Amino acid sequence: MQLNGSQIFVEVLCEQGVDTLFGYPGGAVLNLYDELYKNADRITHVLTAHEQGAAHAADGYARATGRTGVVLATSGPGATNLVTGIATAYMDSVPMVAFTGNVPTSSIGKDGFQEAYIEGITVPITKHNFTVRRVEDLADTMRAAFRIAQSGRKGPVLVDIPKDVTAAVCEFTPKQPEPIRTVTTYNEEQVHWAADLINAAQRPLVYFGGGVRSAASCQPLRDLLHKAEIPATYTLMAAGVVPYGDPMNLGMLGMHGCYTSNRAVAECDVLIAVGTRFSDRVALNPKTFAKNATIIQIDIDASELGKNVDVDLSIVGDAAYVLNAMLPQIKPAKHPEWMKMIQGWQAQDYHPVSDPTRLMPHQVIGEVCNQCGPDAVYVTDVGQHQMWAAQYLRHTKSRGFITSGGLGTMGFGYGAAIGAQMALGRQQRVVMFTGDGSFHMNLNEACTAVSYELPIITVIFNNSVLGMVRQWQTTFYGKRYSQTDPHRKTDFVKLADGFGLKGYRCTNLPEFQEAFADALQQKGPTWIECIIDKDEKVLPMIPGGGDINDIIME
Amino acid sequence: MESDQRRVISLLVDNQSGVLARVSNLFCRRGFNIDSLTVSATNDPAVSRITVTITSDEKALQQLVLQTERLEVTRQVFVLDSEKSLERELLLLKVESDVHNRTELREIACIYKAKIIDLSPDSMVFELIGRPDKLDAFLKMFEGYNILEQCRTGVTALERGGMHQHIQKPPQEVRSVQLPPPGARRA
Repeated sequence: MQLNGSQIFVEVLCEQGVDTLFGYPGGAVLNLYDELYKNADRITHVLTAHEQGAAHAADGYARATGRTGVVLATSGPGATNLVTGIATAYMDSVPMVAFTGNVPTSSIGKDGFQEAYIEGITVPITKHNFTVRRVEDLADTMRAAFRIAQSGRKGPVLVDIPKDVTAAVCEFTPKQPEPIRTVTTYNEEQVHWAADLINAAQRPLVYFGGGVRSAASCQPLRDLLHKAEIPATYTLMAAGVVPYGDPMNLGMLGMHGCYTSNRAVAECDVLIAVGTRFSDRVALNPKTFAKNATIIQIDIDASELGKNVDVDLSIVGDAAYVLNAMLPQIKPAKHPEWMKMIQGWQAQDYHPVSDPTRLMPHQVIGEVCNQCGPDAVYVTDVGQHQMWAAQYLRHTKSRGFITSGGLGTMGFGYGAAIGAQMALGRQQRVVMFTGDGSFHMNLNEACTAVSYELPIITVIFNNSVLGMVRQWQTTFYGKRYSQTDPHRKTDFVKLADGFGLKGYRCTNLPEFQEAFADALQQKGPTWIECIIDKDEKVLPMIPGGGDINDIIME
Repeated sequence: MESDQRRVISLLVDNQSGVLARVSNLFCRRGFNIDSLTVSATNDPAVSRITVTITSDEKALQQLVLQTERLEVTRQVFVLDSEKSLERELLLLKVESDVHNRTELREIACIYKAKIIDLSPDSMVFELIGRPDKLDAFLKMFEGYNILEQCRTGVTALERGGMHQHIQKPPQEVRSVQLPPPGARRA
């Protein structure tokens, strides 16, 4: 059948199973938006306040479901506003397809109104990107974009569509989406060696990351831990893969990870790294990281093997396939001495002491868990509150903690929460944690949550300073608080009123309990400002480049 | 860890606009310091060949190969074995010359089998094709002369013989099946 570019755009989105996309209209995408208007019954378009919010929403949608997030923006500023969102998805390997409009092909390169060379701009932050110059190429290019975003190590892909391509007509043939290609192969001999190493280990430890978030790899990982009594620690990206309360779960690793996890890495004799990349927030000192251990690394991306830390045995493959192949070769085992050592360290783990005279982050987060139960999905911005949420939430779901790990994007949270809520439906409880610094960056998206009646509860930790940077200034810069005390006078309750949502302000725990219980009853979005002390720190902390010997516990 | 060595890497990539930008962008972003880079058509119109020379240790080389393989436009990457491959580079050299030194310059060219492709009352242009070290040696002979302009193409290379045993990825190393002593990894 003969279709124009905009009709093809909608047809291929439907073909790929896209039910929701996030975006913002503009001149170069008018034809696409006209077609979306006619197909509003097939595809829900979510209009955000800013393209960055739309990109984070597509990202949050993908993180919450594992499906590909889709974002649409116009040319020039619309496209450049996506950049931070795309880079955020790229660093955390989130499947996303970003569509941008552009000036007509005849005007490309002539600095027309709202022209930006977005293909060139996004080369280093996408898996791949395209400019579609002929309408005949549009359908297959879009299909390729979805395939690339989901295959192997996932990530964002950008498709730039000049305006004339959205109007031009050509023959369109529908196609079923290609099956997702993952790496199903692995070296059997290497898997056998890895099993031998694990079976011979006295003090084995599993260290896993975002690569095992998919349902297919969670279960074999948990089976491995229990079959051979191997304790496990995780990165920020993998909170919830092994649930809170599991006896093999030691807690988070790294700069703000717990004492036990960091100590266990230093003392283990075999370290099994699964779907993780030894980032500088975890392997703070790549020379001393797990220095007593033989390291086995399993990753889908061959370029990650040995990139940051030298490893002894590397296996390229999808964690689900490799772990399933390894499991039958793992002998049931007990490591009583090792577990005893670990229990000894756990007694030394940092636990904040509640102070009845003030509101403390761990109390707030504990109360949120109590009231929400295990099914809630949590989203964060970036900073101290993010680390507190990572440390104190009782994570039980592999896709239940949505946070910007690799890029550390302040302002990520609200957009991502919108994306997660749209993906999971309004009956799903979504709670966002933010700080006053992060929240000021992109709180404009509150208007989106109001428009779409999304019952997102935002918990704002207001310490009136840029807490994480300030903590570093306290510890390492002689308390010279350069530009971390902005003296803002924002009244979050009045601001909530202005946006048309309900705001609360709490200075103690009973106030928070009451406010949160009330927020749970609301149909639309709410936010709760929690006044906390500006000297509240994230502990423990290992400074960059340090190891367990440098840990700061108070 | 092995010390730095000069290596030649051959990349077969999709022949489409922007491929060179993607590859060079990657090298820049990952901090790979390239000695030379050439791009050329191949017998398959859909495929271009990029030949890269780099001075690096084994680990940096492995990262370059693996990172390049991640690009969608990359079809095949192989590191050429210098024993089994042919490397060639073209040099154009313009030297100040007049009746007094013309004969001695011709003699150098003759010994190195360089061609004189332009002659003017005050200059001479030489063309020389060969392995990069031959070009280096030839250039050394001009230290006492006034070089006006110089241009080298960078290395282009092919493996010898009809059969190609391309090293697609450096073999993954496995130290031992038994537990090595603590710290063996970085010994």
